[in-house]
Amino acid sequence: MENKWFTISAYSENSVGLLNRISGIFLKRHINIESLNVSKSEIENVSKFTIVVYTTEDWVRNIVGQVEKQIEVIKAFYHTDEETIYQESALFKVASTLLFDERNIQNIIKESNSQIVTVSRDFFVLAKSGRRNEIDEMYQQLKPYGIMQFVRSGRIAVTKSEMKISTLLKEFNQ
Amino acid sequence: METLKKERAASTKQSTMRISGAEAIIHCLLAEGVDLVYGYPGGAIMPLYDELYKFQDKLTHILTRHEQGATHAAQGYARVTGKVGVAVATSGPGATNLITGIADAQIDSTPMVCITGQVARHLLGSDAFQETDIIGISTPVTKWNCQVTEASDIPEVLAKAFYIAKSGRPGPVLVDITKNAQIDEFDFSYEHCKGVRSYNPYPKPDLDAIEQAADLINAAKKPFIVFGQGVILGQAEEQLKVLVEKAGIPAAWTILGLSAMDTDHPLNVGMVGMHGNYGPNLLTNECDVLIAIGMRFDDRVTGSLDTYAKQARIIHFDIDPAEINKNVKADVAVLGDSKVTLDLLLPLIKTNKHESWHNEFKERYKIEFDQIIKNDVYPTKDRLTMAEVIEEINIASGHKAIIVSDVGQHQMIACRYAKFKQTKSNVTSGGLGTMGFALPAAIGAKMGAMDREVVAIIGDGGYQMTIQELGTIFQNKTPVKIVVLNNDHLGMVRQWQELFFESRYASTVMVNPDFVKIAEGYHIESKRISERKDLKSAIQKMLASEDAYFLEVKVEKEDNVFPMIPSGASVSDIRLK
Repeated sequence: MENKWFTISAYSENSVGLLNRISGIFLKRHINIESLNVSKSEIENVSKFTIVVYTTEDWVRNIVGQVEKQIEVIKAFYHTDEETIYQESALFKVASTLLFDERNIQNIIKESNSQIVTVSRDFFVLAKSGRRNEIDEMYQQLKPYGIMQFVRSGRIAVTKSEMKISTLLKEFNQ
Repeated sequence: METLKKERAASTKQSTMRISGAEAIIHCLLAEGVDLVYGYPGGAIMPLYDELYKFQDKLTHILTRHEQGATHAAQGYARVTGKVGVAVATSGPGATNLITGIADAQIDSTPMVCITGQVARHLLGSDAFQETDIIGISTPVTKWNCQVTEASDIPEVLAKAFYIAKSGRPGPVLVDITKNAQIDEFDFSYEHCKGVRSYNPYPKPDLDAIEQAADLINAAKKPFIVFGQGVILGQAEEQLKVLVEKAGIPAAWTILGLSAMDTDHPLNVGMVGMHGNYGPNLLTNECDVLIAIGMRFDDRVTGSLDTYAKQARIIHFDIDPAEINKNVKADVAVLGDSKVTLDLLLPLIKTNKHESWHNEFKERYKIEFDQIIKNDVYPTKDRLTMAEVIEEINIASGHKAIIVSDVGQHQMIACRYAKFKQTKSNVTSGGLGTMGFALPAAIGAKMGAMDREVVAIIGDGGYQMTIQELGTIFQNKTPVKIVVLNNDHLGMVRQWQELFFESRYASTVMVNPDFVKIAEGYHIESKRISERKDLKSAIQKMLASEDAYFLEVKVEKEDNVFPMIPSGASVSDIRLK
């Protein structure tokens, strides 16, 4: 079975130690977490883990089973890239002089659909959201001019299909 | 904690009283029906021990000689009673010493609550004396764990701990309680946990799946049942028996399923797995429908998955959704408590006999009897075999004893040859294979079943891993019977070295102490035998004793356990020699 990119979505309680419990499931199977994001979800007081792995479907099914088994996890899913709408965000910190000295920088900002978050005397910050390859492309374009700092978030994703967490919670509590 | 507070279910509320966190722990334990805990005191858990002292007429604390012993004793207690076992330890090394027992309980689905002391909240993260991150350490091997840093959280957390430990697929839970939380006072009231919103321990049975299962079973020509501990945990022994008898299906046990069905039942065809019986293993690859009930297709059961029961339709009954399709893909998966799902299945099952199929098991048994069992149980050679000792215990105890085995050759022999009439009678470390399990587990088993004979079968290697628990037996006058089958080797590893490492016996030869003298040091009546003529009387004398008794049996040093499926081989490649 071939390796593929999978996005795991896990709805959970917001409790101390759950991240450790979930990351341990990957550790035990020697599977790397490619990206991880934890945030609130569409349901009040329910958190959402978005985890990206590159592995086989057998393994991702096994992992999702174990994730869902954790007491504080309500439900976990896995999806392929085709089944999700996903993005990452990145911040680029670049020297302010470039904004004025290098005409091409302005083209890069325009063409990449990025936003200028702040401009100060010494530096300005660009924010870019999109697919990994778009962010990588912008990185490559800015690199020759010197990037002072760069950071990229984990993947965030929504699925094309429904997840029906509220219904599940109601069923559990019946 | 927010979630916990929301989870307070409506139930009879006790009137509140202002007490310390430590006293609250006692009241929680009593409310959960606990009357026995195993443990070992130390600095960070002293407030709780002070309360254990005050409440000793209501709650018995058994001082083991090592915290690992406390966990195994709690496991032994849980395995024979079906109740939650409780172990208590202090912070730091006390807590880390629990880990082996916790991991064992996790993989063998044993309900257990461990309570550890922790340094005071203001010292957390300061590397204080005996501070360790036991929550971090125990996370991968607990069903749930939680640190409590405020006294007022103790009732909710402990109620949740007991609920989680025993519900669904049982498992170990660890609650780490800081010293300040044990000392501080608060207004105590207790409510049993009735549910956790993110946790669904009893999946609703899928009636369609049950119908499909029944159709497959009714149409099967060569159906075969493999039952595991899920039958015992779900208290579905009677349902299993009815299914087997009604549909005429040969059934075999995994080592944790052993004793769920009378070993002498005509349709009970033996054990599956690496050292299981010849017929059940071989015919796994000839059945047309494999019905797995409360078992998890462990690699020691299946051998190579690529060649495991490929010809068969697989029906998998289990309570844990994560076990479905984990190792073996199920054609029909029936999720739920085994008693509930089997009860729904039984009315749909047609009466059948499958006599010629059953005869195939009998034929394989004959082969195994001639080539292995005869020589194991009725040997003609000089030295004693492990199997004849087990057989003598069977005879003398009338198949009524609880057998607690350790890990290794003697364990496989005990599980192959011990006879059981009653469920919850075989206590062994199956999944983790924890040497040192049996002696402390036997203490817990005896305390959980005082009216029954408890015989620990232990090898000379594993015995020395927790031999200090003889002190617990002596102090508490626990009448367990201890049989050490001494071959002066780490026998199972030696067997593998002989078969797969060209007899290079790397560190498997044991120079042993005088075990009888050691037992005598603990004032435990003891005896050593090495000849067949003394075996029967020695076993009879041991079982007749009203006190603890130690019997060392010197057995053949280089016997091997057969049949054997070599690691990673197919069940079809089971070896008789």
